[in-house]
Amino acid sequence: MLAKLAAALFLAVMERLSIIVVERDRDRALKIVDGLRASGDHAVTVIAEETGLARRIAEQQPDIVLIDVANPSRDVLEELALMSGPLDRPVAMFVDRSDEQLTRAAIEAGVSAYVVDGLHRDRIKPILDAAIARFHMFQKMRAELAATKAALEERKIIDRAKAILMKARGIDEEAAYALLRKTAMDQKRRVADIAQQLVMAAGLLS
Amino acid sequence: MTDRLRLGYLPLTDAAPLIIAQELGFAAEEGLALELVRVGSWAQSRDLLGTGGIDAAHMLVPMPIAQSLGLGPAYPDFDLLMVLSQGGQAIAVSSALEARLRDRGHGFDFSDPWAARTALAAAHSGQLRVGVPFPFSTQAELVRHWLDGTDLARRLTIHTVPPPQMADALAAKEIDACCVGEPWASFAVEQSRGALLLAGRAIWAAAPEKGLVMTRDRAETQPDQTGRLMRALWRAGRWLDQPDARGTAAEILSRPDYLNLSPELCERGLLGRLHVTASGELRHYPEFIRFHAQGATFPWRSIAAMLGARMAQRHDLDPNQAMTRAAGCFRTDLYRRHLREAGADLPGSSAKIEGAIAAPTAVAAEQGQMILGPDAFFDGHVFDMASLTR
Repeated sequence: MLAKLAAALFLAVMERLSIIVVERDRDRALKIVDGLRASGDHAVTVIAEETGLARRIAEQQPDIVLIDVANPSRDVLEELALMSGPLDRPVAMFVDRSDEQLTRAAIEAGVSAYVVDGLHRDRIKPILDAAIARFHMFQKMRAELAATKAALEERKIIDRAKAILMKARGIDEEAAYALLRKTAMDQKRRVADIAQQLVMAAGLLS
Repeated sequence: MTDRLRLGYLPLTDAAPLIIAQELGFAAEEGLALELVRVGSWAQSRDLLGTGGIDAAHMLVPMPIAQSLGLGPAYPDFDLLMVLSQGGQAIAVSSALEARLRDRGHGFDFSDPWAARTALAAAHSGQLRVGVPFPFSTQAELVRHWLDGTDLARRLTIHTVPPPQMADALAAKEIDACCVGEPWASFAVEQSRGALLLAGRAIWAAAPEKGLVMTRDRAETQPDQTGRLMRALWRAGRWLDQPDARGTAAEILSRPDYLNLSPELCERGLLGRLHVTASGELRHYPEFIRFHAQGATFPWRSIAAMLGARMAQRHDLDPNQAMTRAAGCFRTDLYRRHLREAGADLPGSSAKIEGAIAAPTAVAAEQGQMILGPDAFFDGHVFDMASLTR
């Protein structure tokens, strides 16, 4: 009975993986940690400071490190992955050399994972799946933000083009917009593109 | 009909051939529109290339060699089609080390590897921690070669630090010195975090820094597009090596879309006029970085073999196999095939004894002769691929 309990406890401890998330943005880091915790009982640590990253990671000896693919500090982790001294814990790059699909999915979602050598695929996959899901969400948010910004920029340019036309031709706002739209239709271009050209030309002439 | 190609680059002075090819119309002349993708790390560039996220990359010359030796993730084979730049690296020391070197009377002439090495050995005790941009980089090779055989080599530890973070790493005492491509060494000086000790080319005159890298599959199955891209970049490099071009190039590189730094900072390495200290002490290093002249873009198989052999030694791999694999990913055949029609000088041989040329020398070319620039190491080291594989 006691032996059984000890074995169960031992397994429970074994199950608990130590994961480091390298992320400077606090909100993003929290969301990733939430996602990882939902996928299992893991010890998750966030490193927000990039100075001395290699040292910090080496001290903690994590099983898995997760980092944004575009984070410049990834190259520091590459170095850790190459270490092969007797005291170093070998770190495999990515999940597994043979698991191309999972690697590709992770890169496309924008997350890269560095995993300690010998960790079984069944244990890595749920963690990586959770990370991939979170990073997909960030990507979508980023794309939406970029689209909103672009739309706002276009709005501004069109307003400036309208103002130029109103002044130059002595017409009202509605007529100025109608003129922009007609020119755009005639030239099979977008209103924003025509506005951009007009603003640029006006800048050159003034 | 214009083809769109996605090219990955890191924000460095030596990304100039890609940026100039797009901005000054060399790509358009070849019917190409380049979408330049600024990436954050060398690992990201490699991963994007390996998974098809980009079509080609501006990459550290040793990276495709490391891939060919199995020292990276399992991706399709990478090939280096041409060298994009030689030199452009500088060794910088922390402000604390700068002060100790000054106390001992070192003059920071920026060009004497012997004097710099002796001064460094005297001024610094204990472990010497040097930052480089990537484990497989020309910078790491230069530092190792420079200190090889001295007491400093035993005290040397090499650490990867992303170039934009070098200045902070010096200030935080995470490293004592660094070897990094411009403008990031000058950036560290500008931030009063260190001083420039030595130009990369002072250690190895022909140090190849970046290359155009593609998957072997793409390079071989898309010969037309590959050739057009190579010619566009080769012409951009030729433009860049004109005496008057560098100022304009600095203006373009400095834009927010590219390096997003001041033109003045970007200009220093391009003009070879470097401020070695924050107080503005100027050193003139002619041809600090080269993009074209004197055979700079030719992907010598002997350079690949030499770098491959060095990596094999460090990672316990078979040296002969490593040299063969490394040489196999430097595509002199594609270089000849695609750049012949553009009028590039093509050397008669695809391998040479590395380190044997001390001054510009005429050698046999496919057509007559061509001039090769110096490729000597400061210590007279030579590497003969033939004598090793025999």
